[in-house]
Amino acid sequence: MTALAAASGGPERAGAAPAAEPPASEDRPGRLPAALAQAVAALLALTALAWTLWHGITEGRTALAFGVLIGLGELARWGSARTREPAPLGAAGALAYALLGENAGHHTHHGAPQVIAVVVAASLVAAVPHVARGKGPSPDQVARRLLSVGFAAVCFQPLYNSGLLAERVGHGPYFALVIVAVLVLTALCDAVLAAAMAHARTRWPFGPLLRDELRALLGIGSAVCATGAVMALAVAVAGLWALPVFSLPLLLTQLSFRRYAAVRATYRQTIASLARATEIAGCTPQGHAHRVARLSKAVGRDLGLFEPDLTVLEHAALMHDIGQLSLVDPVPEGATAGLPEAEQRRIALLGGAVVRQTGVDPAVAVVVERQADPYREQPLAARIVRTANAYDEMARGEGPSGALGGPLHALERLRLATGRDHQPEVVESLARVLARERSGPRGVGRG
Amino acid sequence: MRSVPMWARAYILCVTLAGASCAVSALGPHTPWPAVALLAVLYAGCEHEALLDRLAGRTGAAARRRAPRGPGTLFPVLLAGVFLLPPAAAALVAVPGALLARADRRPRWVRRVWRAAQLALASWTSARLYAALGGPAATAAPDFPYVLGPAGAAVLAFACVLTVLDGGILATAERVPARTAWRGLFARSLAPVAVHGLAGLMMAVLWTSPYGPPAALLVLLPMGVSCWAFAQYHHERAAHQATIRALVQAVDLKDRYTRGHSERVGRASVLIAEELGMDDDRVEVLRFAGILHDVGKLGVPTRLLRKDGPLTPEERRVIELHPEYGHEMVRGIGFLGEAREAILHHHERIDGTGYPYGLAGRQIPESARVVAVADAFDAMTSTRSYSRARPVAVALEELDRCAGAHFDPVMVAALTRALDRHGWHPGVTSDLPGRVPDQLGDQRGNVPPELPAPSASGPAAR
Repeated sequence: MTALAAASGGPERAGAAPAAEPPASEDRPGRLPAALAQAVAALLALTALAWTLWHGITEGRTALAFGVLIGLGELARWGSARTREPAPLGAAGALAYALLGENAGHHTHHGAPQVIAVVVAASLVAAVPHVARGKGPSPDQVARRLLSVGFAAVCFQPLYNSGLLAERVGHGPYFALVIVAVLVLTALCDAVLAAAMAHARTRWPFGPLLRDELRALLGIGSAVCATGAVMALAVAVAGLWALPVFSLPLLLTQLSFRRYAAVRATYRQTIASLARATEIAGCTPQGHAHRVARLSKAVGRDLGLFEPDLTVLEHAALMHDIGQLSLVDPVPEGATAGLPEAEQRRIALLGGAVVRQTGVDPAVAVVVERQADPYREQPLAARIVRTANAYDEMARGEGPSGALGGPLHALERLRLATGRDHQPEVVESLARVLARERSGPRGVGRG
Repeated sequence: MRSVPMWARAYILCVTLAGASCAVSALGPHTPWPAVALLAVLYAGCEHEALLDRLAGRTGAAARRRAPRGPGTLFPVLLAGVFLLPPAAAALVAVPGALLARADRRPRWVRRVWRAAQLALASWTSARLYAALGGPAATAAPDFPYVLGPAGAAVLAFACVLTVLDGGILATAERVPARTAWRGLFARSLAPVAVHGLAGLMMAVLWTSPYGPPAALLVLLPMGVSCWAFAQYHHERAAHQATIRALVQAVDLKDRYTRGHSERVGRASVLIAEELGMDDDRVEVLRFAGILHDVGKLGVPTRLLRKDGPLTPEERRVIELHPEYGHEMVRGIGFLGEAREAILHHHERIDGTGYPYGLAGRQIPESARVVAVADAFDAMTSTRSYSRARPVAVALEELDRCAGAHFDPVMVAALTRALDRHGWHPGVTSDLPGRVPDQLGDQRGNVPPELPAPSASGPAAR
């Protein structure tokens, strides 16, 4: 909320900047893992297609039915490139085909290459309308889909077609367990791959990214895997009729997720406009809340916070100045820096009271209330908001914008205030985030 | 039990007895008890709120605030029972779950018993029909697509029984007129029950297959996830509505003479919109338009809003910026749609003398014309520091007098008709004591006295 603390934290040592962070690191965000995954996926697709063309398609009707299902699922794709699972039905259909061993009691003979070829062909056809509208799936998503389906097919099909599975496990409940095990393995590998790709793209720490991916598995991921398993087993028992019958429940799941995502987006917009209220009232400069939210979220990621905590952090940062609305006269230019600390705390408490009336997580209100306290008494999210806010106010307030003076000087002043007001780790993380921001346009901006 | 009317008591008793008599024949030797027990435990486990909450990782306050679940999110288990078990056993599946479930309102035990009896009766009927159509053999074969016929009939019967019984309880306990009690109930329940029926059928088919119950349980996972997403959706939606209210309360912080005004304008806008026959989505948007119409006052300095004394022309101009501020604020909220125009234009007048743009007649968006009338109506019928509340009839007369010059006559007529039909129940205001500490403590919440001597300048000139 204010930069006062930083200003009063120590003697002015302007220009000294002894501990300025190393110059913007040279290594651009490494795209290597993502490029590698894409190359492997492309190679896999080409090999599978060639193999299938050469050997011909076995059990054409089954292949066609699954191809149509996958195609329809992909057609129903929604959301942006960042949506977790944009086409659950397509994914479930592909997994089911990879794990299909019987069709209405008769053995199937398609191998892993044919599975991949069918998935590729169906996805390509279904992608045409999306690409025409300029909303095609991203290369990363396509690569992930192919690799995970390929993994499942390669694990299961040779084992099954060689008869080993029937010999060891038989066709009872244990067979179902094997299928589930293969799916769990596939999902884990997929999560690791996704986290690695995100890590390469954004350079956020790998651990929290992986944990977020694993958490997402519990949501729509588990529904997709379970549907894949059920479809494979149900086709084995009841034939291809099982496909339409069980597609509907998954479509329902997709629909609920879509509504959930829509209401989340709306909610975020509303919170953002509540945040803009302070700007329109002239309490804070234009775009301040958004900048602080963006920086806070980036620092939170850098410090390894997880997705739910990041949401709390973002909402709190958006609304951190809301207490100023209850002032009869706005603080000129939002420069709360000039206010005594007791006054800052009072405004923070007023803000917390407003936030408590919104439906947001009570944790958000706590962060807003405690943002002016010394850092040792604050929860981590409040420390981050405090530092990001102070940085934004200082970087904006002094030095020619964009030149060396402003931001670096602001960082330096934050470092001087680490005795009481700002946590050293948070300030250093902020420095890393800023360095990363300068070195490449990717990354934090898209958080 | 005291609050339950006599007729409802008799009705519940009858249904309970019927349900019990359905289930009692399960005590014979042909009941597959392990399957019944497994399904009943599943149903009870899913029905139990705490378990769902724990699965979703929510605790404490978030769990307490959780939204009501949709109707019958757990029907797949019941319907699988219908497809798998003899009728009497199928009736038993729902009983423990329904008796253990959380009831939201009193009298809790009556509600639980009622729910159990209702589900037992529906399951029994539907299983009876399924057996009569040769379903069980077709499930075990499994004989697709033939089995879809009996299954469809069973699902239909299930939904029918639920609807009929629900309508009955509405008519007896809630005293909804019998004619309207059943309206819409069936159509609303059919679609979800049909989808859950397909899931239940898949469960039954896998259950009887060599892969056995473990494979059948997998079917529940997507349904559970879907149910979780549904609950999350309601949770977020409630939070969102609370945030909208917070926007309104933030206005109240600054301009305290209007406590509850926003909510009431929202309600009056809804009355007008419904009277004009708008569809539900538009009515909802207009409700938000009414609630948020003054949100731009957040951008007006508090000192001006609370000024005690006549406003200078300069100050008046600043206050008149509030529609534009409001529009600027809510611009980014996609779902508000035409409500954003209503916020921008709610001070325009039909004769073109309003602000901010001086639009006239049909140039003014319809939503803005609705909100303008609702705003003026509430301004006149509520007590302000500068004027006493006037009776509804007087206010309507006044509106009618200004129609054509100030207001759209269509909207005024609609409001008059709507109030004739429904009456006006301003109800509670949003004024909850002790919510927000206030800078000025006890300063008078007041308004510039030169504001409308209403008949002269027209009401709600602010």
